[in-house]
Order: sequence, then structure tokens, then C-alpha cells
Amino acid sequence: MSDILEVARKQVLEQGVGLCQEQLIEVLRSPDDQLADLLALAHEVRVQWCGEEVEVEGIISLKTGGCPEDCHFCSQSGQFTSPVRSVWLNIPELVEAAKETAKTGATEFCIVAAVRGPDQRLMSQVKAGIEAINAEVDINIACSLGMLTQEQVDELKALGVHRYNHNLESARSYFGDVVTTHSFEERWETCLMVKASGMELCCGGLVGMGETLEQRAELAAQLAELDPHEVPLNFLNPRPGTPFGGLEIMAGKDALRTIAAFRLAMPRTVLRYAGGRELTLGDLGTRDGLLGGINAVIVGNYLTTLGRPATADLDLLAELKMPVKELQKTL
Amino acid sequence: MTTLDMYCGHCGQEQADGSHEDCRRALMLEPPRYCAECRRRMVVQVHPMGWSARCSVHGDVSSDRR
Ligand code: SF4
Ligand SMILES: [Zn+2]
Ligand SMILES: [Zn+2]
Repeated sequence: MSDILEVARKQVLEQGVGLCQEQLIEVLRSPDDQLADLLALAHEVRVQWCGEEVEVEGIISLKTGGCPEDCHFCSQSGQFTSPVRSVWLNIPELVEAAKETAKTGATEFCIVAAVRGPDQRLMSQVKAGIEAINAEVDINIACSLGMLTQEQVDELKALGVHRYNHNLESARSYFGDVVTTHSFEERWETCLMVKASGMELCCGGLVGMGETLEQRAELAAQLAELDPHEVPLNFLNPRPGTPFGGLEIMAGKDALRTIAAFRLAMPRTVLRYAGGRELTLGDLGTRDGLLGGINAVIVGNYLTTLGRPATADLDLLAELKMPVKELQKTL
Repeated sequence: MTTLDMYCGHCGQEQADGSHEDCRRALMLEPPRYCAECRRRMVVQVHPMGWSARCSVHGDVSSDRR
């Protein structure tokens, strides 16, 4: 076993202390013939500090497309010639989506809007949506509505939003190559407000956007500093018409090393498979990741693209004897 | 999709124009964005378990009725 894996075994597995940026670089540079050992260790860390359960979530786009921001990976930006058109979901369809999600055994349902931050119209639609879902479906509701003001944080908290998603997207040093219409610090600010409110923070990013290995490690370290409850990990799915539309799909082995590195950076976080895994990892890689640090999945479709069938993931979890986390009845 | 489709749902070009092999593969992991009959961009909503799409002229298609 290599030095870094030995160090990680003592530091992360035994003591629960995540690896630092320099150590993560070593992990990301580790050779292919050590990948199996690396994934096995990351899995042990996950089981040790998070347990056997896997958290299942469904997501829905409440407001699609037409976003004024320019995140270069995103087909929903209004600044690119992406074929995605703007559309709002109505409340009955939102409730239906929550029901479909709950039927899979999922405990989380995340309502997402393609916006810089919510305006009055969106906030009232979200409020109406949450009330309608709560009346009919037993599921935790999460939201992802862009950058928030303190008043909006308070309002969402008062509505009973259980978790709020706001990703860092990329490392601070690469952020300017990914987004020019807002700053890394603005994102960071929203994350801090969400954490302080007592809502669970869900904060992750994308890899495979042309960042270096060092920047990948930097993103993991910056996420670890924020210490979110959940980290969704996306692999770039190059979307037609976006500035990153011509990038290559990330190599599966690099994606797996990234999963393990994120787990070794954050032993206790809910590390979720988000977009792009179908392309980057395929069925076999999906399984490797679940045995390499991942302990949460998005089932079914994404916001503008499709996932593999929910049953494929649920069957895989059953086969791996990984129990699906159940809804905690809170007071 | 039916064999009568004139246009590719993924790229919006004529079906007769090239093979659209990659487009067909892409459509396994994303909904069509262009109307198969007139190549207008459709309004598409993805749901957790499916999708629906509307052409302003040719009406609705969905993952149930593809
Ligand atoms: S803010 Fe969100 S929806 Fe808007 S362009 Fe960026 S990633 Fe896309
Ligand atoms: Zn095509
Ligand atoms: Zn049409």
C-alpha cells in the first residue's frame, strides 16, 4: 500500500480527520494499479463514519432555463444558444413529482429553479408548492434557488425547508473560468447564511470542466472547510451550445479517484452522485463509486437530462445490501 | 419516435441529412429538444420519472407517448 493510503487509513479511517489539500493531490495522482485499494479504503471510511445506509433523493426543476447567469457548463443559462427553452412547472405537477419520488423510497425531494436568486414570484410559488406537497406527501423538502438574502434564508427556514443546495461549482482558483456573472465569494456567503440558519447545507460542485488535479483537490478542501451536510458531486456532461459543450467526458478512473478523494476529505458528509455519472462511469462505474465512498444517489431524472431508471439504482443498492435511509420522523 | 420523423429531436437537423447515430445515443439520456415534424424548439419539462415536450404547432409528446 502506498504512503498516502497508509496515512489516510490512520488519519481518516481511525481518527475521522479528513485529508488536507496537499494530501488530496497525492490521492488524485495515485496510479491506476492502486485504484482498487483506494476505493476500498474510501468505502471503509464511509461505513465507519456514516454507516451502511444510502440516502435517496429526487429532484425537479420548478423553473427551467432563461437564467441570467453564465455558468459555462449550464444548458439553462439564457446567455448561450442552448436548445433548452424556459418553462415553469405548475403546482399539481410539482406535487405529482414529489409523489413519484416518494414512491421510490426517497427521503429527499429537491425543488430547483434556474435563477441568480429568487424573486417574489418564485418565493410565492415555492411557498405554495411546499404547502401542497406537505399536504399530500411524506418527504423532506429541499430547495435550490440560487443566491439568497438573509430575509430569504429566514423565509425558507420558516417554510420548513429541510436542506438548501447551493454549490461552489468549482475551486476558488478556477471559478472565474467557469462563471463571470457572480463570484465565488457570493456563493460562499449564501452557504454560510444557510448553515447559520440551521437548515442543512447541501454544497458540492462539478469536476471534469478543464480544472487541474490540484484544483480538484482545492475544491474538495474548500468544501471540507464549509463542512456541508451533503456534497453532491457532478461530472461534466458537456451540453450543446454551452462554452464547455466541446469538452471531453471525464475518464472513469479519474472520476472514481475524485469520489474517493472527496470521501477522504470529508469522512462524515453525505456524498451524493449527482449529474453525469451515467456518461462518465456507466453501470459498472456506478457500482464502483457506491463501493468507493458514495452514500447517496439522485434517482430518476435530472433537471434537463435523464438518469438511468430509478429501479436500476434501487436494485443495485439491494444487491450490494446497502439499506436505503428511511424518513426520520422529526418532532 | 416514429419512422415518419422528419427532423432529429436532438440536433434539429433533417433525419435524411447524415446518420444521427450520436444523436440517437444522446436521446437515451436526454429528452428531445426539437419537434420531429417542424424542428421548432419545444418547451420541455423533465420529471423525476419521465419528460413531456410541447411544440407550439404540433402539440405534446412525452416519454409515455414517444
Ligand atoms: S446560476 Fe444555475 S441555472 Fe443559472 S446558469 Fe448558473 S448553474 Fe445554470
Ligand atoms: Zn441529430
Ligand atoms: Zn412542431
